[in-house]
Amino acid sequence: MSNHVKISVKNLFKIFGPHPKNALHLLEQGLNKEEIFKKTETTVGVQDASFDIYTGEIFVIMGLSGSGKSTMVRMLNRLIEPTTGQILIDGEDIVNMNNDQLVKLRREKMSMVFQSFALMPHMTVLQNAAFGLEMDGIDKPTREARALQALEQVGLESRANSMPDELSGGMQQRVGLARGLAVDPDILLMDEAFSALDPLIRTEMQDELLKLQAKAKRTIVFISHDLDEAMRIGDRIAIMEGGSVVQVGTPEEILQNPADDYVRAFFRGVDPTNILTAGDIAVDSQVTIIVTDGKSPRAALQRLIKNDRDYGYVIDSIRKFQGIVSADSLRELIDRPEYPQEISNAYLADIVPAHTNDSMQDILPEVASNPWPLPILDSAGGYLGAVSKNLFLRTLHRSEPEESIEMTV
Amino acid sequence: MRIFNFEEQLIPLDEWVQTSVDWLVLNYREYFQIIKAPVAISLEALEWLFATLPPFVVILLFALTAWRFAGKRVTIFSVLTFVLIGYLGLWEDTMTTLSMVICSVAFCAVSGIPLGIMAGRSKRFEMFLRPFLDVMQTTPPFVYLVPVVMLFSIGTVSGILATIVFALPPIIRLTNLGIRQVHPELIEAATAFGATPWQVLRKVQFPLALPSIMAGLNQTIMMALSMVVIAALIGAGGLGNPVVQGLNTLEIGLATIGGLSIVLLAMVLDRITQGIAQR
Repeated sequence: MSNHVKISVKNLFKIFGPHPKNALHLLEQGLNKEEIFKKTETTVGVQDASFDIYTGEIFVIMGLSGSGKSTMVRMLNRLIEPTTGQILIDGEDIVNMNNDQLVKLRREKMSMVFQSFALMPHMTVLQNAAFGLEMDGIDKPTREARALQALEQVGLESRANSMPDELSGGMQQRVGLARGLAVDPDILLMDEAFSALDPLIRTEMQDELLKLQAKAKRTIVFISHDLDEAMRIGDRIAIMEGGSVVQVGTPEEILQNPADDYVRAFFRGVDPTNILTAGDIAVDSQVTIIVTDGKSPRAALQRLIKNDRDYGYVIDSIRKFQGIVSADSLRELIDRPEYPQEISNAYLADIVPAHTNDSMQDILPEVASNPWPLPILDSAGGYLGAVSKNLFLRTLHRSEPEESIEMTV
Repeated sequence: MRIFNFEEQLIPLDEWVQTSVDWLVLNYREYFQIIKAPVAISLEALEWLFATLPPFVVILLFALTAWRFAGKRVTIFSVLTFVLIGYLGLWEDTMTTLSMVICSVAFCAVSGIPLGIMAGRSKRFEMFLRPFLDVMQTTPPFVYLVPVVMLFSIGTVSGILATIVFALPPIIRLTNLGIRQVHPELIEAATAFGATPWQVLRKVQFPLALPSIMAGLNQTIMMALSMVVIAALIGAGGLGNPVVQGLNTLEIGLATIGGLSIVLLAMVLDRITQGIAQR
């Protein structure tokens, strides 16, 4: 993914109510939402939000209801007017746009999918899908052809002449999606688009979205309160609480390094073994033994004893993984001077290193069945670190701070 | 207490009104006569049309409309009604009444639907309009009959003007309601897809408010018909005439057939417009 910034939000505020300027002033003085509401009867919707959204990524904005995520997405196409701040789309500040520019922006660059579907009940499925094109003044044959193409993409071309209320919820949202796709937007805003669907259909729609995204990379801003959904489809996630963006990052980053208790509480109950990979959790804290100029088994044993470890990870000068030795296997070799005294003769048998992209689920059997921490390699065979049983369990029990994991390994 | 002495009239509002109406009549009667012109022209055209068309053509037109929008039963009912009215000897009066109703309803629709739309889109305009609608709906028509006659003189056209005042509120109110009932999410969706406010109105709000607007139109028609007798008091022609005449000369029979025709005509128009509204 290119890291070209598509949407850049800078110090964005939204204050609802009669005296937004007063409230802004109070915010600067450090008062919180409740105090400001008591004083001025204004509600802080979004507070000092700043983040970048990259071209072609699915960016999930997640938070509980009232966290300001719906307000946030509506400011991106100015259905809601920001109080202060900047929103740059392709480098252009949309907050200062006049009505004509805004209409042009909405027609050409972005479309939106709604939680309640918001299909026009007096129009057929085809007319609904063609709605954005109709607003843009595109002639009937062209727009209907393009709308039909969009309906094909979501598998609904056969229902083009139905009315929306004849379709099931899942199908209606497919029409909503087709309406969004028909205008061929750079940016697709999806406001809790799948939240009203039942779980099976929701998963199906998520897969559908990922499939469409694989074909044509759009920048998708997806609002959700569902963490599993965010984890499944999000390239990056922004977590909002009380109008503020508390953390932005990839699902793995946030899962491993929650910014605060709110984020941590959010992630409790998520099964990390599907999301985290061996590379994410591997720690390079084991004893490594570099095999250069025939280092003797005795020196290796000394190193293990000094570090109070049972296993040593043998790598070459460019950190390529060679094998694992144990204190016992080294002693055995030293006790038999008739063998060549090379470390390679003390390697343990049956070592199956894991790959950095294997999920925790994949490596679980190996971690569980062997006494030694499982070595994790990158795609070139380089040693990245190891995962011990202890580390594995600590990762599952994420409420422990990171530091203690390092210490107990 | 002095201030609660209600023995004498402290506010001579009646005199003020009297004086201002007199002043208006004295100085601006010509202008009010000009206002009459569009109504007068439309009415003449309609009356000429219904007077020229042979009765069976009128009956056929109603039958076809009823057949198209309201079904077999309403069609049969409409035909029987018009035939009965014809045999009662009230065909001409009925055609005059029909012209008056169509004329006043047309003016109500042309002014009421835009006003209703504006009220539906602006809270402030709705607040501004509301007291006027309340006054129009609650003031007994007899109260404004006299000033209307003074300013516009007697006759069918004045009757129509009074009818417009009486029948306008429902179409404004129901148009306003219909526009407001459109789900805000649909307007949000249209806006998100780059619709201008005019496009939102034309493509989303108006089509979705149409059933409510049609209900308003139906109410306006009913109210226009109920003004027929009152309008006859200031010299408007039509089915009100036999009723008023019957009351004045105690000819119960004449009043009855006039009343019966009004009721039947109202039922025909109601059923047909309801049929159209449900489409």
